[in-house]
Amino acid sequence: MLWLRTWRLGIKSLLLHPMRTALTVLGIFIGVASVIWLLAIGEGISREAQRQIEGLGADNIMIRSVKPLNPPEASASAFILPYGLLREDYALLVETIPTIKSALPIREMRRMVRYADNTIECRVVGCTPEYAEVTRLSIERGHFITDAEVKVMQNHCVLASQVVERLFPYEDPLGRRVYFQDQKDYYTVVGICRDRAPTAAIGGSLDAQDFSNDVYIPISTMRKRIGDTIVMSSGGSREGETVELNQITLRIDSINNVQRTAELVEETLLKNHGKIKDTAVIVPLELLEQAKRTKMMFMVFMGLIAAISLLVGGIGIMNIMLATVTERTREIGVRRALGARRADIVRQFLVETIAMSVLGGLVGVGVGLLCPPVIDGARLIVKRVAPDMIAGLPDVVRDVTPIIVPASIPLAFCISVVIGVMFGLYPAYRAAQMDPIEALRHE
Amino acid sequence: MKLAAKLENLTKHYVLKSETVRALRGVSFDVPEGDYVAIMGPSGSGKSTLLNLLGCLDRPTSGAMYLGDANVAKMNDNQLSYTRATRIGFVFQSYNLIQQLTVVENIEVPLYYQGRLSKSDRARCLELAEMVGLKDRLGHRPAQLSGGQQQRVAIARSLVNDPYFVLADEPTGNLDSVTTDEILRLFENLNQLGKTIILVTHEDEVSAHAKRVIRLRDGLVQTDELTKNRIVLN
Repeated sequence: MLWLRTWRLGIKSLLLHPMRTALTVLGIFIGVASVIWLLAIGEGISREAQRQIEGLGADNIMIRSVKPLNPPEASASAFILPYGLLREDYALLVETIPTIKSALPIREMRRMVRYADNTIECRVVGCTPEYAEVTRLSIERGHFITDAEVKVMQNHCVLASQVVERLFPYEDPLGRRVYFQDQKDYYTVVGICRDRAPTAAIGGSLDAQDFSNDVYIPISTMRKRIGDTIVMSSGGSREGETVELNQITLRIDSINNVQRTAELVEETLLKNHGKIKDTAVIVPLELLEQAKRTKMMFMVFMGLIAAISLLVGGIGIMNIMLATVTERTREIGVRRALGARRADIVRQFLVETIAMSVLGGLVGVGVGLLCPPVIDGARLIVKRVAPDMIAGLPDVVRDVTPIIVPASIPLAFCISVVIGVMFGLYPAYRAAQMDPIEALRHE
Repeated sequence: MKLAAKLENLTKHYVLKSETVRALRGVSFDVPEGDYVAIMGPSGSGKSTLLNLLGCLDRPTSGAMYLGDANVAKMNDNQLSYTRATRIGFVFQSYNLIQQLTVVENIEVPLYYQGRLSKSDRARCLELAEMVGLKDRLGHRPAQLSGGQQQRVAIARSLVNDPYFVLADEPTGNLDSVTTDEILRLFENLNQLGKTIILVTHEDEVSAHAKRVIRLRDGLVQTDELTKNRIVLN
């Protein structure tokens, strides 16, 4: 009952100067909101990284062919540049490294694909049946490439969802034949994939993969019908490259062995390729590390903002309360004369600071909860105003969806109360130490 | 006769840098219950110091002051606060109401610091407000009241804890003559109801309403006598 009165009185006193109170509370409010934001964004980054790793497979290693930056002198005159992974590498790795559970060779290239009047550019992927499992593709209708099809090098293909949409707007593609323009060759559609979210890029060596524009054919068919060499003519000059395999995806028997196997693979390839760096080993597990680093960076950054604004907010409250105490010296004198003990005066002013910081805390929690929509909105605006800036950000930051951590709400709230008590004690103490006689005489 | 306050050889010295100021040099008098005393004296006579001691806002350097059986001279800060909350009613020259509070809330303040506020207490506050003639102003803030009305609220506040005595420090100093008469009439009524009143003033017209006048000079009681030609308003 009496406590209730103290609170009511405190709030009344604050309402005497609403503008002053609002400005004082600003620092606390920003601090509390930052705490919630930093935890929400950190959580979002963690989840996003986890989702991406699930998409790529934490027990996978990818080896990609990379066009060497400085082609060796000998082949500089030739207009066709051979580089990258060889079928020989594939055999060697599978035979010599015991921790590899399975290995998946992939050859991909861009090709114009036509059906009736529609022609689109697709990524044609030559692969084996394991591809669907390793990259977590799921089939909507029909079937994926089978062992038998690989064995007999059949002209069969499986289409990704977007390819279906664009080539067959009005027809059922199953059983139809699509036309590969460059080879003047027909492929029968035997399966359709389900829609799938793109995966993330890893450390600059693996671009984000969008699976929605793919056409899958048996790798043996690709070798036989298209070959290893691609020649592109542009502006009168002809340029070409010979690549046997674009990627080998290795499945490792246990996650603990992933890092060691990756090192071994790297060494083996380097020896085999005469020290030319035309391959890259990518470990999705590294994504986790990358996400952890990004998250740490964010946490430190936002934590700093939160700490600074809480400190400044606290000092602001103390400053205002010291002014208030001086301003209300007379009132303190009167209250002391009417029987208030020192403790009563401390309580009165402490309640006011706590009320202020609780108010700041509440508003801060409210704004903190707005984090996900605000981030979405900001992303949309930045995308429109400065698309380059968005492209420059790491994936985990670009695609982050903040997730409010439930525990952060009571945490942030407690922080605001603690700040109120911490910075309110000194002004309250000053008020209580006043000599009642002096205080009564104060004008 | 029961005593509301008993002062025995009170002294109060202030130490200022090199010199010691002897504000009170041995003051003794009794205030029986139901008395109406005016304390007078020129500035520098120790009037304010005596007021602070009577109001338990300060402790004497030596001597004893009894409110009932308790010797105020020996009390610590919290005990003094409690004594002020329970045994003394203050009325100030500048009213000293709390601006954030309404009339009735202002009257309640001493009870609040006694740590009690029951339904009967609330009823008592309303009764007192009615007695000082502010029944229809209960929800008003001090800023909405005239000086005389504010002083009435202060008087009601000084009575709410049923004190041993009401200590009024120049209660009419800020008021015009008509309002002064109103307030003095109120004091007179209270005294007739048995309340003990100690009035500190330097105006003869005010002290003439008291039953007894104590004059201070240089920290000592110069005269302590019944009022000649006492003015009775009622």
